[in-house]
Amino acid sequence: MSNIAITVNEKRCAIDATPDTPLLWVLRDTLGLTGTKYGCGLGLCGACTVHLDGVAVRACQTPLGSVGTKRITTIEGLSSDRSHPIQRAWIAEQVPQCGYCQSGQIMQAASLLAKNPRPSKEEVDEAMSGNICRCATYQRIRRAIQRAAGQKA
Amino acid sequence: MVLQAELDRRKFLTTSAGTAGALIFGFYFPLRGRIQEAESGASLRIFKPNAWLRITADNQISVLVEKPELGQGSRTYTPMMIAEELEVDWSAIHVEQAPTIPSVYQGLRTGGSGGVASTFTPMRKVGAQAREMLVSAAAEQWQAKRRDCRAENGTVVHVPTNRRLSYGELVEAAAKLPLMNPDEIALKPPKDFRYIGKPLPRTDVPSKVDGSAAFGIDVRVPGMLFAVIARCPFFGGKLQSLDATTAKTVPGVRVVFPVPPLARHFNTAGGVAVVADSSWAAMQGRKKLVIRWEKGPDGNESTESLRKQIAQRAAAPATFVALDRGDALEVLAGAAKRLEASYESPFQAHATMEPMNTTVHVRDHEIEVWSPTQFADEVQDEIAKLSGFPLEKVIVHMTLSGGSFGRRYQWDYAAEAWQVAKEMEKPVQLLWTREDDMQHDFYRPYNHQRLAGGFDHQGNLMAWSTRVVTTPIAGSNLYTGFTESPETLNDPATIAALEWYGADIAPYSIPNFRLDYAPVDSVVPRSWWRSVSSSYTVFARECFVDELAHASGRDPLQFRMDLLAGKSPQAARLRAVLELAAKSAGWGKPLPKGRGRGLACRFGDSCSAQVAEVSVDDEGTVQVHRVVSAVDCGIAVNPDGVRAMTEGAINFALTAVLTGEITIKNGAVEQSNFHDYQVLRINQAPEVEVHIVPSTEDPSGVGELGAMLLPAAVANAVFAATGVRVRRLPIDPKLLKRSQS
Repeated sequence: MSNIAITVNEKRCAIDATPDTPLLWVLRDTLGLTGTKYGCGLGLCGACTVHLDGVAVRACQTPLGSVGTKRITTIEGLSSDRSHPIQRAWIAEQVPQCGYCQSGQIMQAASLLAKNPRPSKEEVDEAMSGNICRCATYQRIRRAIQRAAGQKA
Repeated sequence: MVLQAELDRRKFLTTSAGTAGALIFGFYFPLRGRIQEAESGASLRIFKPNAWLRITADNQISVLVEKPELGQGSRTYTPMMIAEELEVDWSAIHVEQAPTIPSVYQGLRTGGSGGVASTFTPMRKVGAQAREMLVSAAAEQWQAKRRDCRAENGTVVHVPTNRRLSYGELVEAAAKLPLMNPDEIALKPPKDFRYIGKPLPRTDVPSKVDGSAAFGIDVRVPGMLFAVIARCPFFGGKLQSLDATTAKTVPGVRVVFPVPPLARHFNTAGGVAVVADSSWAAMQGRKKLVIRWEKGPDGNESTESLRKQIAQRAAAPATFVALDRGDALEVLAGAAKRLEASYESPFQAHATMEPMNTTVHVRDHEIEVWSPTQFADEVQDEIAKLSGFPLEKVIVHMTLSGGSFGRRYQWDYAAEAWQVAKEMEKPVQLLWTREDDMQHDFYRPYNHQRLAGGFDHQGNLMAWSTRVVTTPIAGSNLYTGFTESPETLNDPATIAALEWYGADIAPYSIPNFRLDYAPVDSVVPRSWWRSVSSSYTVFARECFVDELAHASGRDPLQFRMDLLAGKSPQAARLRAVLELAAKSAGWGKPLPKGRGRGLACRFGDSCSAQVAEVSVDDEGTVQVHRVVSAVDCGIAVNPDGVRAMTEGAINFALTAVLTGEITIKNGAVEQSNFHDYQVLRINQAPEVEVHIVPSTEDPSGVGELGAMLLPAAVANAVFAATGVRVRRLPIDPKLLKRSQS
């Protein structure tokens, strides 16, 4: 075990864990940030998507020791009041059903729009195809991303 | 026939332990329970006219929701129904999940698409009873005529003087009134509905966009530990030897011990529990276990061996004749033109996004359970039986569930969590990894159907027969309420009952029809999977209708309409959805080259028709571009909910059509995660249009409806695009590759 410093949602944290511990479990079990979900453990489903310096990554495939000084943002840190354009669009389009995958979907979509403010349908499908939703809210995810497109985060 | 079969299934799935009874029971809440001091302060009093509703003196209104929230909207449709009669702003109602108190709440479960239908009348009565008592309390206070008083937006108004009292101000007086009989209060006619029928936003959505929604996996209890179980991969197998020396040295691992398999009807695999300070540490410890497993007595079962057995049973005599109208076999034997086809689809996993888990704290005199379940009182009952604790000493909290699709109607994972927690003094969360979840599911039965149809010399369809062969659910899963005695397990009618539903051809008017059934045993645990048997019976029936239409040179829509020319209300409802779906989809209009449209319909308490539009590329890969669905589900309580469920069900079924398949080798599941059990992703998702038929009939379910129709609509569209019949799912691209020359 060693103390590893990371920045999560703009807070500095000292984590007592081995460097190979996946960020997912540090967030969930050590820091109590349970909005980031476990879905597959192999980077296949996207339920654990968080941002490293604004870029979407799979927390289950991100060893704690690899984070370094990059800023980690989880769903809890995307906004303090559900005011991120993606969150507002998700509510307006009534995207979630069970909701389990939606933290990951939202983090992926936010990362997409930060890079590409006006994605085509094909670009949305490509960027979001790593995120599984078993309730299959895909049609609403597409609509919500188009609704949020072009709005300033 | 259709209605009876439907009723039987609903009864079995949703009301056998008294869902409706629970609601009625809840109206006779003891008088002394109806008003109480709030925990926070003596000045705040609460009116509880029944077990489902609380109104406080400061106008806080809470609803206790019976149905668990799995994503289907129970925490939204329930307050809508209550608010409709209570005359309050529905969005001001605070929603809580009803607790497991066996003397008050029973039937805390949902299934069989029955939630809206079974709560529609009782929940409106919950609101009506409270409203009428509040009106009486106001009339008494004003010494006014009751008929001069009416409820309006959380207040009672004295109409002649426009005096007004809020519900909160009336709480104390209302609580002292004798209970009104909710059955004697008239409910609003549909034309006066203010909330019901409006597309209202869901109450749980805000918490699901900011990470605050708490699922079973998110339960955090002070001092808790985390566990995983290394399960025997072979169904019916067992632990032969264990060496945990290295596992115990993994940082964070506390203890390792064997967990025995539970009795046959639980289908828990048994194995070795690793309890640790975190889920990750428990998983790392599990990797270091050195285990030898012994195969079970049927350890050589494979998908290939099952297929052979099933094909044999399809040709052998039936064990049970489910329906026999006219003399189908004889008419088929003498038919001028006869068509036969066999349809098959494999085991399917539920693969909910939240893997199975449950948190249990076993204390000296009490057990507390937090479980993402769709069957809370059964979890309570089973853990009470296993532990020997009295029922009321087992407290079950129904958390949000990350999907279910029928999986959480089983309580194996909760029983396992208790097995682990009883060895520990602290609360323990048992988590299934994705691999555990994929390999120890209760799968949709393997199924095979052989169909035959016969025309007379004039081209009239005179006879139809269907043989259904499956690995039946009965006897293989936990739901013992229906099948607990050995006698019923040997009864072919019992076994067949859940396997053929949806295969009846009525209300298609065909004079001779026979439906029979034969089972094949398997070591693989089976259970409900979104739309149960209709996931395969409607596929075979609606594809075969399509085959018969083409064989007789007629358009598949017109062919169906001709078979539905009768005067029955069911035929009329079905014609209406067929017409609506066909018109909305542009049925009969030209399509770009390489595209095809396919049609399917289904009748039952809810009726629906779907048109799918597909293309097939050179490699034989099917792309579904668009699905148009017409739905007649009676009153659509929350139309946006009906749309969401239909969109979801269509996409869910598409997995089983395009890629999803669980295969067996050496008595174990071969797939382990989303790389080899591939579920639908956004780039494969079609555009979906949902058209709802206006109705004033009582509502019926839609959670499964869309999933029933999709496979046939797509397979028929593939035929229209390529001329190749798909008779086995998932579609094998090799079958379609050559057709694109």
